[in-house]
Amino acid sequence: MTQTPDQKPPRAGAARGPSPQDDEPLLVVRDLSVVFPSRRTVARNGAGGGSGSGSDHGAVWAVDRLSLEIRRGETLALVGESGSGKSMTALSLLRLVPEPGRIASGEVRLAGEDLLRLPEAAMRRVRGDRIAMVFQEPMTSLNPVLSIGRQVAEAIRVHRRVSWRAALARAGELLEQVAIPDARDRLDAYPHEFSGGMRQRVMIAMALACEPELILADEPTTALDVTVQAQILELLKRLTRERGTALMLITHDLGVVARYADRVAVMYAGKLMEQGDARAVYARPRHPYTLGLMASVPRLDDPPGRRLVPIPGQPPDLSELPPGCRFAPRCAFVHGRCREERPTLLQAPGAASGHLRSCFGFEEPSGPQGAGAPARAGTPAGEGTER
Amino acid sequence: MSGTARSGARPGPLLELKDLRVHFPLGEGLLLRRTRGVLRAVDGISLRLERGETYGLVGESGCGKSTTALAILRLLEPTAGRIVFDGEEITGWSQRRLRPLRRRMQMIYQDPYGSLNPRMKARDLIGEPLVIHGLGGDRRRRRDRVDELMQRVGLLPEMADRYPHEFSGGQRQRIGIARALALEPDLLVCDEPVSALDVSIQAQVVNLLADLQRELGLTILFIAHDLSVVRHLCRRIGVMYLGRIVEEADRDTLFGDPRHPYTRALLDAVPVPDPVVEAARAPRTLRGEVPSPARPPAGCPFHPRCPIAEPRCSEVGPRLEAYPRRDAAPAERWVACHLADAEPAPSL
Repeated sequence: MTQTPDQKPPRAGAARGPSPQDDEPLLVVRDLSVVFPSRRTVARNGAGGGSGSGSDHGAVWAVDRLSLEIRRGETLALVGESGSGKSMTALSLLRLVPEPGRIASGEVRLAGEDLLRLPEAAMRRVRGDRIAMVFQEPMTSLNPVLSIGRQVAEAIRVHRRVSWRAALARAGELLEQVAIPDARDRLDAYPHEFSGGMRQRVMIAMALACEPELILADEPTTALDVTVQAQILELLKRLTRERGTALMLITHDLGVVARYADRVAVMYAGKLMEQGDARAVYARPRHPYTLGLMASVPRLDDPPGRRLVPIPGQPPDLSELPPGCRFAPRCAFVHGRCREERPTLLQAPGAASGHLRSCFGFEEPSGPQGAGAPARAGTPAGEGTER
Repeated sequence: MSGTARSGARPGPLLELKDLRVHFPLGEGLLLRRTRGVLRAVDGISLRLERGETYGLVGESGCGKSTTALAILRLLEPTAGRIVFDGEEITGWSQRRLRPLRRRMQMIYQDPYGSLNPRMKARDLIGEPLVIHGLGGDRRRRRDRVDELMQRVGLLPEMADRYPHEFSGGQRQRIGIARALALEPDLLVCDEPVSALDVSIQAQVVNLLADLQRELGLTILFIAHDLSVVRHLCRRIGVMYLGRIVEEADRDTLFGDPRHPYTRALLDAVPVPDPVVEAARAPRTLRGEVPSPARPPAGCPFHPRCPIAEPRCSEVGPRLEAYPRRDAAPAERWVACHLADAEPAPSL
């Protein structure tokens, strides 16, 4: 129970890759795709009989060749609007993509080991132990007929050979760490006796139960009030920092990203649009979608009377994506090539190393207000194309 | 559209609430025979909406902001207090007598899907209020009017024959707005109108509401929990906590120099989308959660969570008073706090 990640016994397959070092990313995702067959395909082939080849017309690529990295102790924010594929990304890291969806390609390396190649039994040992998840709705993720203490203790006993007594004692400790008042006296309480914020604290306690290396938090505070949201995010941030746990924070709130994330990855319609150090991305977004998001959100420190600049139109239907860049129909900087070819995620020209984008380049407004002469950013001809 | 004509006809505010209370009895058993207590959803709020003004009512869930909206529209009966609309007290009016007034106050809801009948086409949804109130003339004229309304809110008239599920969330909210505008209301009550929408779509609807307010001279009561959105749209803002207004001021005063510790906590809790700004802030996190309005704390309702509470705060509830206290001139700002003079930590 008091094991730190380093003290864990060596795992099968860990020897295959280079031994994990502190400067190696904890999680490396390469070209991960999640596909849902179209209804027509299902009907034609019979349910469950997906063809598996690239011939599904109208299939939905909920996550399309996504690559990202998370370092130990780092908080990566995965930002996107509804339907952008951010939750599906988290589920696919745990191999929990709901039917009839499936992971079509890619690698998910946790400390060098490709989770997509693990047998299901080994994968079950990863879930909750090495990677834990916190969901948006704590009420639906908790069992209403089991006491809080029992549920936290069970989360421990799934992965650790300890007695109920020891597990319950540890549950009390965990509930104390997530600042539930009178935690030890409330082990016998049921979820409905807790407020929304307190339930989310219980979820965090369960996520921490086995000292995971990575926590995936999917919109953990969206259902909560602002003052409680701040409490929960502060808590998550503090606990992960203290333990050196990596955190993937899935959110649609650009303010939350700015306050809590070290790095940020922006998703749109199943595709990663931009990824980089949070400060660098906010200081100068290298993708028109990120730029558009920044201009469309109201800020508490806006000068009075600033007019929001919305992104025109709406996100595309994933089963009918445009042939070129999926943001092209809404992009203010679109040019001919964008409508024909699909850009890949590459180093953004002129940006710090590791600042990536999926864009052929665009005329970027210079200056903080977007005024002034446009500056040339990137070279439309010089960047790579998908396939 | 000729919505500007009616507003400004009479002097005085368009809407005034005086010590409005909405209490719900908490019963035991199916027949509510024994009353166990009361839930004070709205517990004595007073406010004025000047004509053509956008007033923001902010607070967290359970603070009574939506109950206030429903009481204004008389969709809920107030327990006590007065509602004065365009100079007339409408508190005791029968539903029948209220009917002609209904077309002058319209509401926009948070969930643009749940509030639209899924079996009706956009054209009929938008035209329905005209039919109900016997306005809009014959089919042909009504058709023209619906087309005009659709264009006004940024929908293409070609979309008129589609059903709600064929529209995106933002477009559905536009249908809700067109429907509300059909009767050329004076007062628009918007209850969390953009909080269910995606970020990139939110800005479209926020801008639309701002344009409509300006062009049609609408008076808007804008209810929301998102302070950044409220700051964008509203001139005057009231902050609610447990059924009461704890601070009210014009936008710049409220955001520039908040005097109630709860207002400051709300501002601290909202992150600014800028890592550099955030790194320089030292937000203080409020402890605890909002207590139940069925068992509000004694004294100041905020005292159990207040970072600067003193012993008297748990004994005597503060009244909403002019700040700074003075006798002459109508006050610009109202605060309900014994310690409104306390020096706050800078928020932004």
